[in-house]
Amino acid sequence: MDVNTLAWTVLLLPLFVAVSIVVGLKRWSGLSSLVSTGSALITLICCALMAGAEGDAKAFPWIELGTFRVDIGFQLDHLSKGMMLIVTSIGFLVHLFSLAYMKDDNGKSRYFAGLSLFMFSMTGIVLADNFVMMFIFWELVGVSSYILIGHWFHKESAADAAKKAFLTNKIGDFGFMIGILMVWILTGSIYFEEIKEAVGGGLNMTLLNIAVLLVFCGAIGKSAQLPLHVWLPDAMEGPTPVSALIHAATMVAAGVFMLARVVFLIEAAEMAAQVIAWIGAVTALVAALMALQQNDIKRILAYSTLSQLGYMVMAQGIGTPEGSDAGMFHLYTHAFFKALLFLGSGAVIYACHHEQDIWKMGGLRKKMPITFWTFALGTAALIAVPFTSGFWSKELILEEALHEGMHGPYVLAIIVAFLTPFYMTRLVIVAFFGKNRSDNADHAKEVGPIMWVPLAILAFMAIFSAYKPISGLLLANGYGSFGHLVEHFGLTAILSIIALIVGVAGAIFFYKGKDSDPINIPIFANRFKIDEFYIVLVRVFQDAVAAFLDIADRFIVDPIVARFPALSAMAAGQFLRVFQVGNVQAYAYFFGVAVLALIFYLIL
Amino acid sequence: MLEIIVFLPILAALAIGLGAPARFTALGAAVITLILSLVAAIQFESNVEGMFQMGSDRPLLVMDGFPTLSLSFGVDGISLVLLLLSTLVLVAAVLVSPQESEIKGSSKLYYSSLLLIGGGAIGAFLSTDLFFLYAFHELALIPTFLMIGIFGKGEDRVKTAWTITIYLGVGSLILLVGLIMAVVGLGGTTFQIAELIAIAEDPESGIAAGDQTWIYLLLLIGFGILVSLFPFHSWAAPAYSQAPTPVAMLHAGVLKKFGLYGLIRIALPILPAGAESLANVVLILLLGNIIYLGLVTIAQKSLDRMLGYSSVMHMGYVFLGIVAANSIGVSGAVLLMFAHGVSIALLFALCGWMRDHFGTVKFEELGGIASKLPKLGLLFGFAAFAAAGLPGFANFAAEVAVFFGAFSGMGDQLGWIQWTTIIALWGVVISAVYMLRAYRNLFMGPVAPKMEIPTDLSWSTRLPLLLLLAALVAVGFVPELLNQFIRPGVDGLLPAVAG
Repeated sequence: MDVNTLAWTVLLLPLFVAVSIVVGLKRWSGLSSLVSTGSALITLICCALMAGAEGDAKAFPWIELGTFRVDIGFQLDHLSKGMMLIVTSIGFLVHLFSLAYMKDDNGKSRYFAGLSLFMFSMTGIVLADNFVMMFIFWELVGVSSYILIGHWFHKESAADAAKKAFLTNKIGDFGFMIGILMVWILTGSIYFEEIKEAVGGGLNMTLLNIAVLLVFCGAIGKSAQLPLHVWLPDAMEGPTPVSALIHAATMVAAGVFMLARVVFLIEAAEMAAQVIAWIGAVTALVAALMALQQNDIKRILAYSTLSQLGYMVMAQGIGTPEGSDAGMFHLYTHAFFKALLFLGSGAVIYACHHEQDIWKMGGLRKKMPITFWTFALGTAALIAVPFTSGFWSKELILEEALHEGMHGPYVLAIIVAFLTPFYMTRLVIVAFFGKNRSDNADHAKEVGPIMWVPLAILAFMAIFSAYKPISGLLLANGYGSFGHLVEHFGLTAILSIIALIVGVAGAIFFYKGKDSDPINIPIFANRFKIDEFYIVLVRVFQDAVAAFLDIADRFIVDPIVARFPALSAMAAGQFLRVFQVGNVQAYAYFFGVAVLALIFYLIL
Repeated sequence: MLEIIVFLPILAALAIGLGAPARFTALGAAVITLILSLVAAIQFESNVEGMFQMGSDRPLLVMDGFPTLSLSFGVDGISLVLLLLSTLVLVAAVLVSPQESEIKGSSKLYYSSLLLIGGGAIGAFLSTDLFFLYAFHELALIPTFLMIGIFGKGEDRVKTAWTITIYLGVGSLILLVGLIMAVVGLGGTTFQIAELIAIAEDPESGIAAGDQTWIYLLLLIGFGILVSLFPFHSWAAPAYSQAPTPVAMLHAGVLKKFGLYGLIRIALPILPAGAESLANVVLILLLGNIIYLGLVTIAQKSLDRMLGYSSVMHMGYVFLGIVAANSIGVSGAVLLMFAHGVSIALLFALCGWMRDHFGTVKFEELGGIASKLPKLGLLFGFAAFAAAGLPGFANFAAEVAVFFGAFSGMGDQLGWIQWTTIIALWGVVISAVYMLRAYRNLFMGPVAPKMEIPTDLSWSTRLPLLLLLAALVAVGFVPELLNQFIRPGVDGLLPAVAG
C-alpha cells in the first residue's frame, strides 16, 4: 500500500468504526468492542508500515473562500510518524485491556465508539499540516474525552467531571483560536511549512510573541498546565483504561506535540519561550507537591502526569529543536510507563472491587505479583532510575535546559526530581507492602492474562523504549545509550541521582510499616484551593452577572426599547400618510390582504 | 420552475382552506418543493453572467412615472442556499406537526399557516423585485402571529402574539421607509434589485455618502428588529418559547434569516459607504447579542427560553461576518445562516417533543433523561454540540469562516473589528457553557424523581430530526456542498471588495 492509502486509512478507519457502532452495531456490544479493537490493531499496523515508507498523502480541500483555504492534509515527517506509533500502539493496548475491564458494562458499545472517535481525533491532530485542521481535531479530542470521562454519566461526579474537562479546555481553545488568527495575519498562512518560511522574514516581534503565547493557551488547556490544570485530576472519574489512554499517554500529550510542531515559532519568540518554560517548570513543581498528599491511587498518578507534562512543556519552552526533541523523547517514554502505571492501577482497582484509596490496600505485592512487578518497573521509569527509559529522557530535558541557560526552570526541575521518587515510593509502599488494610484488599487476586499481557508489554517498553532500535523508530536521532551517560556524566546526572536516592530513602523512612499518613500538609492535600477559587470566580463573574443581566433585560432593556416601536410607530405613521391608517396591526393586515389580492390576480 | 417552488406551498395552503386533507397536502407540497429546490441546486451554474439565474419576470403594474412592479424571481448562490434551508426546515416542520386529530382548533388553519410561512419565506428569498421581496416576508409574518396567538403554549400567548406583531410590524415599517428612501435616492426608476445595485455602483448615480449613513441606519434598525439585533431582541425569547413547535422552527430557522439576507442582498451593495460608517456601531451591538445575551442565556432556567435566547445570541456572529464585508466573512455569514437555521430548528423540534412528552422543560424538574431515553439523549447531544460550534457540524465551518473574515483586514495593530472578534470568540465559550450545562442538567446525572418517563423517540419522530442532523453533518464535513454556491454569489455581490 502506498503512503496515501495508509494515511487515509489510519485517519478514517476509526471514524468509520465509531459511526458504524452508533448507527447500528451498538445492539451487539460484543461485536462493537471487537470491531473497535480490530480497527485499532489495523491502524497500528498501518502506522508501522507508514513509519518506514517514503512519500506524501493527498490533501482534501475542506474550505476555500477567497484567500482562506483549509485542507485536510497530512504532514508526514519523523515527528508525526513517531507520534502515531505511540498513539496507535498504546491505543491498541488500551482497547485490548478494555475488552476485559469493560466486559460487563452496560454502555460497552458507547464506550468503544468513544474510543474509536478518540483515535480518529488524535490521529487528525498528529497528522495535520495546518493550524485549522489541527484545531478541528483538537476540538474533537475534547468531545471524545467528554464522552469517555462522562461514560458513567448517571453518576453526578462523572457528569460534572466531563463538563469541567470540556469547558476548561474551551477556555484554552479561546486563546488558541485567537493565536491562530494572529499567526495567519502575521505570516499569511495557516500551513506549518509556510509559516516556518515566513517566520524568517522580519515580523512584528511584539505581535509574534503575543500570538505564540495565545497559541500556547491551547496547550495549557489540553496538556493541563497551570492555571488550567484543574480538569485532569477530576477526569479520573472515567473508566481507568480511559485515564491511561487519554489522560496520561496521548490526549494530554497533544499540547506538547502541538508545541513541538511549531517549535520554530517558539524559537523566534524569545519572550514567549521564557513564559512557556516557566509555566512548564512551575506546573511540574506544584503538581508534584499536590501529589505528595493524595490518597486516591489514580489521583496520585494524575498529579504525577501533570508534573511530567510540565517537564515536557518546559522542554518546548527551551525554544531549540534539540530541546523540543528532548521533550518529545520524554513524551514517548512517559506514554509507555504512565500507561503502564494507569493500567496497573486499573488492575489493582479491579482486583480490590473498585477500591481506590491506597490506605485501604496494602500487601498486594504477594497477591498480585505480576501487577506488582510491572507496576514497580513503571515506577522505576517514572522516578528516573538510571538506565530506565524515563531516566534518559528526563536527563536530556535537564541538560538542554542547563545548556540554554534556563537556570530558574532548571532548579525547579531538580526539586521535582526529588519529589517524584518520594511520592511514588510512598504509593508503592502503602499499596503493595505492609499488611492488608481492608477486606477488599484481602480478597484481591491476580488479574487474568488479557489484562496482564498489556502490562507486561508496557513494562518492557518502560525500560527499553529509550534504546535503539525502538527509539530510532520514534525519533529522528535516537537517544539513550550507555555511552551517552559516560559522555555526559556531569552536574545534571549527579544532582538527579542524589535527588532520586534522597527521595526514595525519605519515603521509606516516613512510610514503612505505617497504617495512616504520618505527614499532614493540608495545603497540598487541598491542592492549594485552586478549584475552590475557580468556583467562586465562576459564581461571581459568570453566574451572578448572568442572573443580574437576565433581570435587567426583562425589567430595564425591554421596557425602554419596547417603547421605541411605539414611538417610531407614531413617527412613521406621520411620515407614511400614504397608507392613511392609524395603527400598525391594521397596517399589517392591510398589507397582507393586498399581497394576497395580487397573488389571486396573478393566478386567475 | 422558481415560480412553482414559490407558489406550490401557497397554493397548497389555499387548497387546504378549500378542503384538501391538511397534513397530507402540506407534507406533499413541502416534499415536492424540497425536491424541486434540490433540482434547482443541481441546475445551478457557478460561472454565469448576470446576478440571477433561472429568472422569470411578470410585470404586474406598469404606470408612467412610477417604477414597474413585477413578480420576478431568480436565484444566485446566496438565495439558493437560503432556498435549500427553507424547504428543508419546512419539510421537517410539517413532519413534527401534530396529527390533525391532536390539534386543538382548526387543523386546516394550522397546516395552511405553516405553508404560508414557508412559502412566504421562499418567495422573499427568491424575489428579485424589491417590492415583492418585502411583500412576501410580510405574507409569512401574518400567519406566524396568528399561529402564536391561536395555537401557542402558555397563558400569555395572546399577549405575546400582540407584542411580536407590533414589534415586528414596526420593524417592517421602518424597513419600508428605508427601502423607499433607497429606491428614491437611486432615481426611483426601478424595483429590480440587480438594476438598483448597478445604479448604486456607478459613482455618478449612487447615493451620496452622507445620505447612505441615514438610509443604512433605517435599514439596520428595520432588518435588525426582524433579526433581533441587540437591543431589539426582547420579543424573541418569549415568542419562541410560546410558539407552536413548527412555528418556532420556521421562524427562528428560516424567516428570521430574511433580515440578514436583506442586509447582504440590498444594504451592503447599495450602501457600501453607509455600511462602513456604521460598522463600529454594529460591532458594539453584535457584542450585545453575543456577550450580553449570551450571559442572559446562561441564566435561563428552562430549555425553551434558553434556546430562544441562544438563537438570538448566535445572530451576532452573522452580523460579524456581514460587517467584515469581505468575501470570507460574508460567505461565512451566509453559511452560518444555513447552519444556524437547521440547528435551531432541530433543537426547537427536540424541545417541543420533550415538552409534549415530559410535560415540562424546566431544568430543575428533569434529569438523567439519557439513562432512560438514550435515542433522545444521543440526538439532543448531537444538536447541542452542533449549536455550540463543534467541528463536524456546519456551524463550526461557518463560524471559522466568519472569524477569519473578520480578522483578515488587520494591519500592524488590532482594529475595532479584530478586538470585536476576540471578544466574540469568548461567546464560543459561553455557548459551550450553557449547552453543556443544559445537557448536564437534563440528560446526565441520576434520573429526576417524579419525572414522567415516556417511551423513546419512534422512527417516525426521528425521521425529520435525522434529516436536519444529516444536513448539518454533511455540510460540516464537506462545506464545499454549499460553498460552491455561496462563493460566486458573494463575489457577484461584492465585486469591489471580493478577494
